[in-house]
Amino acid sequence: MALDQIVDGLSEVSCDVLVIGGGTAGPMAALKAKLKNPKANVVLLEKANVKRSGAISMGMDGLNNAVIPGYATPEQYTKEITIANDGIVDQKAVYKYAQNCYKIIEELDSFGIRFLKNENGDYAVKKVHHIGTYVLPMPNGETVKKALYRQLRRARILISNRYMATRLVKSADGRIAGAISVNTRTAEMLVIKAKAVILCMGAAGRLGLPTSGYMFGTYENAANSGDGYAMAYHAGAALANLECFQINPLIKDYNGPACAYVAGPFGAYTANNEGSRFIECDYWSGQMMLEFYNELLSGKGPVFLQLKHLHPDTISEIESTLHKVERPTRGLFQQGRGVDYRSESIEMHISEIGFCSGHSASGVFVDDNARTTVPGLYAAGDMASVPHNYMLGAFTNGSVAGIDAMEFADNHDFAEFDAADVAMERDRVMAPTKREDGIPPNQIEYKTRRLVNDYLQPPKVTRKYELGMRRLAETREDMQERMIARNAHELLRALEVQSIMDCADMAAHASLYREESRWGLYHWRTDFPEKDNENWFCHTLLSKQDGRMTSEKRAVEPYVVPIADDEKDLYDKQRIRASA
Amino acid sequence: MPLASYQTSVPVVVDDAKCIADKGCTVCVDVCPLDVLRISDMTNKAYMAYDECWYCMPCEADCPTGAVTVNIPYLLR
Ligand SMILES: Cc1cc2nc3c(=O)[nH]c(=O)nc-3n(C[C@H](O)[C@H](O)[C@H](O)COP(=O)(O)OP(=O)(O)OC[C@H]3O[C@@H](n4cnc5c(N)ncnc54)[C@H](O)[C@@H]3O)c2cc1C
Ligand code: SF4
Ligand code: SF4
Repeated sequence: MALDQIVDGLSEVSCDVLVIGGGTAGPMAALKAKLKNPKANVVLLEKANVKRSGAISMGMDGLNNAVIPGYATPEQYTKEITIANDGIVDQKAVYKYAQNCYKIIEELDSFGIRFLKNENGDYAVKKVHHIGTYVLPMPNGETVKKALYRQLRRARILISNRYMATRLVKSADGRIAGAISVNTRTAEMLVIKAKAVILCMGAAGRLGLPTSGYMFGTYENAANSGDGYAMAYHAGAALANLECFQINPLIKDYNGPACAYVAGPFGAYTANNEGSRFIECDYWSGQMMLEFYNELLSGKGPVFLQLKHLHPDTISEIESTLHKVERPTRGLFQQGRGVDYRSESIEMHISEIGFCSGHSASGVFVDDNARTTVPGLYAAGDMASVPHNYMLGAFTNGSVAGIDAMEFADNHDFAEFDAADVAMERDRVMAPTKREDGIPPNQIEYKTRRLVNDYLQPPKVTRKYELGMRRLAETREDMQERMIARNAHELLRALEVQSIMDCADMAAHASLYREESRWGLYHWRTDFPEKDNENWFCHTLLSKQDGRMTSEKRAVEPYVVPIADDEKDLYDKQRIRASA
Repeated sequence: MPLASYQTSVPVVVDDAKCIADKGCTVCVDVCPLDVLRISDMTNKAYMAYDECWYCMPCEADCPTGAVTVNIPYLLR
């Protein structure tokens, strides 16, 4: 039978621990869960194919946040991340990451992933952040996925590729009971009963529309459509600080990193059209992005990554990394435009908005054991709320989640869910396939994301937000009443756009709730332009209560690592003082 | 409302002479994160069925015969 033809079917399987999303955090979570209890069944469910899925599908050039003895301490790292996030951080989880990540580096090394060492055999860590030194290059970074896959096979993890999870199911008393998924090539539905579930479904990368207008030309892997956020929301889990958007400085049009973390340690820097530096530090933060934005508007733009002043050999070395891993088509792109780094700077621009804790601080709320607010439900990686996670955070917190989830599964039996919930979800999923006539998902998605750009992108204006929410509500009605899917592939896109719409609503709701400005460009509200520590030095938690989207405040946990008063605003001082 | 089909020049090109899908290979179709490649019923060769590409490269990197070329999608080229 032809691929993509719709099959109406439903089956059910069960396992002890279900991991959803096989990108970065997911494989590590599955592996650790299985190693914790080798007799248990661990299923790794993936929308794409674990071999090449997620942000690291082509590997990575380095670790952005390695806390390596001799270079940095867990205390120092925790302090830096706290300051970079305007103080709104539960330090326990960050501190735990900082303590554990070195062990994970050693483990990755034992999988065959190499990290750069100097002639003395010490790790050659580079400085990119404002205060500390945490960036560690990976000389064979293109092999990360292969190395992980080998470990998964060896541990006999059950991998289910091409299944998109759509909703979680719970018992009457609120415990996790499993997940519902759809085969992306046949539309057959699969219910997976599980004692514990770990969400590792990456960022919400298809929220804003890239300025190129190409819907899949996103910063994030475009398979990451925010399904995890939508699923957590509908399961009643709390989501933290969603108003703290992800916005990144990227190669204009190409929309991938340039990448200052690779080139910076060699002497490259961000400059304006006059060739002058205007920011102190290239580490991505909301405060840095605000200065970037200001520069673009000031008439001194465009903004460039400058490397033409470097020695040609150095540039070749940078190229050999940039054009091999992470986003290897960078070279092809520059070649197509006739840009040679030796004579021309790289034009930079601002990305579309998204949710991603990997680079900012929002996500499904988790504690330092990766537990969400739903018993038995865990989250790790870009979609969980531990800030500035990056790749090593995904691995480290995925590991924490895997171990704790298996402990939970060992101590609980399956929770019972209501069959009516599955029937209802089946109706929702299949609805676009039952209509004869209507609007295809690509048009609903384009319009939704265009509205996100027009109305939700910072600077955030209350009146614009109110109008944007009205327009989104109208589009939602079209989506729910009129969207059609004529084959299984279109159904995949139709389901994704429903996640995107939920994320857009959450982005709007969370942004209106926090009545102050914080995190530089990420949450700049023109009607409340100042930071208001008296009223808003807190997390915001968004959740579904009695069927309605609700936001509330949550106090920041007492710090483990104290921050002195004169350190608190170090990241606010990004702009280089006028010198000449 | 009736639907129209929309013309688009796709970024990923397969060299039919090199592609061995007719001998059972499906590697590029298997690895693509966006699931946009298919084997044609007519030619038994791989091709890009949907213009929804992250220009990420697994299809080209993993093809055993070097049949796949990833180009930058026209809108951002
Ligand atoms: C272009 C780019 C460059 C980066 N560079 C660096 C760097 O140099 N150094 C660094 O440390 N970090 C870097 N990062 C960040 C780092 O890669 C991420 O933080 C990390 O990989 C995130 O891991 P994750 O597991 O949360 O998400 P991912 O690895 O993206 O995995 C998410 C997985 O979930 C799957 N999925 C999504 N929805 C569903 C669903 N409904 N059902 C089933 N599966 C689903 C996806 O297919 C995907 O496989 C970069 C990120 C990007 C995008
Ligand atoms: S991987 Fe290469 S040989 Fe195999 S089906 Fe694809 S194009 Fe053909
Ligand atoms: S470049 Fe990436 S998204 Fe495009 S077809 Fe190849 S594997 Fe798929």
